[in-house]
This record gives sequence, structure tokens and C-alpha cells, in this order.
Amino acid sequence: MDKFDTLISTCVPIPFQDIDTDQIIPARFLKATTREGFGENLFCDWRYDDKGNANADFVLNKDTYSGKVLVAGKNFGCGSSREHAAWAIYDYGFKVVVSSFFADIFKNNALNNGLLPVQVSDEFSEKLFDAIDADPNTEVKVDLDTQTVTLVGSDISEEFEINPYKKHCLKNGFDDIDFLLSNLDKVKAYESDSIMK
Amino acid sequence: MSKTLFDKIWDKHVVQEIENGPQVVYIDRHFIHEVTSPQAFAGLKRRGIGVFRPEQTVATADHNVPTMNQHLPIKDQLSRHQVETLVKNCDEFGVELYGLGHPYQGIVHVIGPELGITQPGMTIVCGDSHTSTHGAFGNIAFGIGTSEVEQVFATQCILQKKPKTMKIQVDGKLKNGVLSKDIVLYIISQITTGGGTGYFIEFCGSAIESLSMEARMTICNMSIEMGARGGMIAPDEITFSYLKDRKFAPKGEEWDKKLAYWKTLKTDPEAKFDKEYHFKAEDIEPMITYGTNPGMGIGITQSIPGGNGEASAGLKKSLEYMDLQGGTQLLGKKIDYVFIGSCTNSRIEDLRLVANLVKGRKKAEHVNAMIIPGSRQVEDQAKAEGIDKILAEAGFELRQPGCSACLGMNEDKVPRGKYCVSTSNRNFEGRQGPGARTMLASPLTAAAAALNGYITDVREMIED
Ligand code: SF4
Repeated sequence: MDKFDTLISTCVPIPFQDIDTDQIIPARFLKATTREGFGENLFCDWRYDDKGNANADFVLNKDTYSGKVLVAGKNFGCGSSREHAAWAIYDYGFKVVVSSFFADIFKNNALNNGLLPVQVSDEFSEKLFDAIDADPNTEVKVDLDTQTVTLVGSDISEEFEINPYKKHCLKNGFDDIDFLLSNLDKVKAYESDSIMK
Repeated sequence: MSKTLFDKIWDKHVVQEIENGPQVVYIDRHFIHEVTSPQAFAGLKRRGIGVFRPEQTVATADHNVPTMNQHLPIKDQLSRHQVETLVKNCDEFGVELYGLGHPYQGIVHVIGPELGITQPGMTIVCGDSHTSTHGAFGNIAFGIGTSEVEQVFATQCILQKKPKTMKIQVDGKLKNGVLSKDIVLYIISQITTGGGTGYFIEFCGSAIESLSMEARMTICNMSIEMGARGGMIAPDEITFSYLKDRKFAPKGEEWDKKLAYWKTLKTDPEAKFDKEYHFKAEDIEPMITYGTNPGMGIGITQSIPGGNGEASAGLKKSLEYMDLQGGTQLLGKKIDYVFIGSCTNSRIEDLRLVANLVKGRKKAEHVNAMIIPGSRQVEDQAKAEGIDKILAEAGFELRQPGCSACLGMNEDKVPRGKYCVSTSNRNFEGRQGPGARTMLASPLTAAAAALNGYITDVREMIED
């Protein structure tokens, strides 16, 4: 897993609420047996029409917006638990997703893959969308250490929450399996007592 | 101290607490399927390790399989490769596989319960959000991502933050023609698709207790559609008699011992939940969705919201996709497809209900009606009861088990712009195929729509 520290970047806004993982990566692309290459089909049904032509209205097809921060509406990543959604977003080149609310499984999946979900207040989200709308070159700074997200060049800033353990993992590029494998003795001790065996 | 059922089971499974971090939770049963496992197996290979407890892991192929001619090689090359990769991985890592052609094959959330692998008091995970289905047996079951599948493979544990608890109580007697699918669609329409986020739900109350196991599974299945981590129902005599003598249920003395334990699995009367909702069964009529998330549901006789120009941007976008008008009724709306299947409603009880309704009737000519049994065992049982013949006479096609048109991944899809009344759990844009328009409903409402060719209040077709 890649390490995460601080990121300053312009943003790509998708101001819809309830973006589900079927929109992020439609099921028909889940036939792969590796993790790579899903970025090509990120938001496929919004990005391309039924003939496969780029849909000029969709934000990923506009030159106006680019960057490593995806800014989305409330309740991002709801629906299916497919981790492919997090892989697709990361594979496309995003490092951070900002939303005023994330679905649980998506949040976990993102963190397990080095993609940082930054949950902000509705007010902050609105200000951010407004700022990007007014100036597509608006940058945000995401600082994992201080757990803050700031609109660069303004005093608009907010703290976000992240579990201290996950923060530690993300900063060091460790994953959960490394941790669990180092504790197998405890698992075996647990098993010998369990009634469910 | 008084505890909820959730807390009792959870606390029993905590192996370790990480300071300021998640807990290490032990997993009793791990189900896997072809779509979310290959990258996890690849991760094990990269680390040079095996599956820690293969005997607690069960695999099947369901998402990406055809529902006709399953004896022939899968036509789509990518799908075939994915299913073959599962076969290879299970062989290499010593995992039991109920693959295509096996008498136990089926949708992972249908076969676990019917084989008695799913039991009260357990922790159960699967790389699929509808793992919540198993919670109907009074256990903690939830969907996980592929990295977490790899965690469970490697250590039989998973790192989790303990969710908050929610109680949803439904009391009273259901009206005729109203099924558990209607209860759950009703609840989601009330608390919204985000209403359960961060919570684990216990469903209770007299209306829930009166339900069969199949009907309870439908409710727990869709708890994830409220955003919840999962849903559960305390085990009772209905649970125990369902499990007794199932293939992998405990036997003899072991049964007595487990049964005694299972009977203790109840929320203490004084226990506190973080949130509670109460609903009345009498308020629920057959439900149907009009929009593009499962919370956009209405009673079958009600009108779509957003008439008089009051639609939010989200609602407008949904209605545009569905090509429906706010303020109008769905009753009488012409439909093109009916899909009866998925881990929500593809069990033998669902098929019996449908067969009862369609017996001696004929489906409307323009409707394409697919019925996909949840498992080989359901298919075999349906044939043994003559349900296949009743369905065929009514013009319904009983196919072979799999996820089918629940998700637009395998061969079964709903074409662009077509309306499909579906017993599955998700009506997202493109879920049943690019441009497909899904309306979620119960098996009875779906079957009634197939017979008439338009959205129908099934209560008009059945006797009180
Ligand atoms: S039937 Fe549908 S919801 Fe259920 S496991 Fe299969 S794809 Fe998922």
C-alpha cells in the first residue's frame, strides 16, 4: 500500500448525492481477476454513451477539471460492497474523496487501499462545491497529520476524523493483514475456547 | 449488565482490542464466490501463505454464471475465466467448492442457510453486501471487501470497529397480500437508504416473529439497503425447526448442546439500543419502487412524490431515468419484464407463492417473465412439487440457479429503457443492465404484474 502524508491538489466535482458503487464501477466490469485497470471504466455509464463515445457533459470528460481529489455529494459509495469501486477511483488517479457522508463498507475499502475518505460537514461541502464552481483551479490541502482539509488561499478549513490505527497504517503504508498475521497466537488461543467450533 | 443480542455475540468474538483502533473479531464462517475472491487469493500467493482455516470456508459460483445450459462451458470468456479461477484457487487452497453442476450450487446467501451452515450465534462474512441475509438466524453476518476477504483467509479474523445498535420493531398483523418484502421496502422508504449507516439492526416485534425463516431472510437481506452493516432476528422455535436435520446442522448430542446455547441468544429486556424505530404492520400495503434507490418506494395505490413541481434534484434525475412523472400513480403502468429471483426472493417459499397465484392463469403476452431459483436444491424441490409445470403453463420460464438479472454482470440483462418488476434488492441506474428501469416489489406483486402486463394491486387477485 502507498503511504499518505499531505496532498495539495485541484479537485474534480461530482455534486450528486447517493452515488452508489454500481455507478462508480458497473457490475459488468467485475469479471477481472486482478486489481489493476479498473480506472478506465470508472463512472463508465456516465462517462460514455451506449455507443462508447465520451459524454461531453460529464466532468471526467471536461478539460476544466482535473486533480487527485474527488469531491462528491452526500452518501458516497452506498450499495454493493465491491472493493473494485475503491480500486477504480484509485487506479484513475484520485488519492482523496471528499464527501459529507460515506457508506461504511466503501470507507473501509478505501482505507484498505490507500485512498483517503475525508468526511466533512454539509456546510464545508457546499463551500467547496461553490469554490470549485467559481474557479476550477481551486486547490485543497489535505493534511493527514493534523487531520485537516483546507481550501488553499482561504481560511476555510475543517478537521476530519480518522481512526488512529488507520491513520498509522496509511502514514506508514502498512495494511491490516500485516498486523493480523503478527498476532496469530492470540487467534489460536481464542479458538481453543470458542463454543462455536 | 443488560446486553443486546448483537453485543452478546460480538463480545464473544473479540480476540483482541487495538488501542485507539478497531477490534480483532473472529469469524466462524466465511463464504466466498468467484467475483470478490480472486484478488484475495492472489494476495495470499504474493505473501506466500495459505488459507488459515479452510474448513470454515465455503465457496460457490453464482454471480457470473449463466442460468441456462449450465452443463455447457460458459460462453463469455472473461466470465469463464473468473469461474475457472475460483475452481483452481479452491483446489489449491483446500476450500470446499459447490461449483457449477454441484447439487448444492446456488446463490451464496441461499445455500448457506439451506445447508444448515448458517447457524445462530455465529459471525459470518462474505465478500458481498447481502451477507446480512444470514442474520435472520440470530447471528452477526455482514459483507466485506476483497482486502478483508484476504484478512479472513489469512487469519480467520477481521479488523472491525464495533457498530452502534438499532432496534426496528414491527408489531401487529400483516394485511392479506403483504409479504416480508413489503415490510422491508416500507421500512427503507421511511428511514431512507442512509438511515441505518453505522448501525447493526435487530428486527423484532410480533409481525417479525410470525414470519417464516425465508421471509425473515428477505428482511435481513435488505437491511444493507438502509445503509446498515447488517440485520438480525433473535432465534426462536421457527429458527430451530428450520435448522434441525439440515445437512451441516449439528446432530445428536452436539445439537442438544448448541440448542441450549442458542436459546440464550436474546436481547435482555433492559438492554439499550442506540436508536429505535417502531412500525405498525397494519400501515403496510404492497410496496413498489419508482426511483433509482431502494428507499424510493411507495404503497402500490399511492402516487409518486414530486407532483406539483416539488421534486428535488435527486428525485428529478431518478424520475428522468425511469421516465416517470411525479404525482402520478404506478397502478396500470405497462411493464416489459418480470424477474423473480435473487438472494432476496428466490427460495422455495417464494416460488410456492408465485405458483399459487399463477396457477391456471396466463402471463400477458408482451411480458418476459423469468424465474430464477436461488439454488439447485430450490430448483429440485420446485420440480418435485410440480411448480415447474405450473409456471410453464402460465408462460413463466424457470431457469437454473444464479444471481442472474439481479445485477447486469452475466448473460441475463434487462434491455435499455425496458421496465422490469424485480424481486431483487437494488434498483440503481444500470443495475439490471445499462439503461434498465427496475421496480422492486414482492414476488406476489411481480407475478401479478406479469399476469396482467401492468402494475397491479395483487390484493385484487387474491381472496381474503
Ligand atoms: S442475487 Fe444479487 S444481491 Fe444477491 S448476491 Fe447475487 S448479485 Fe448480490
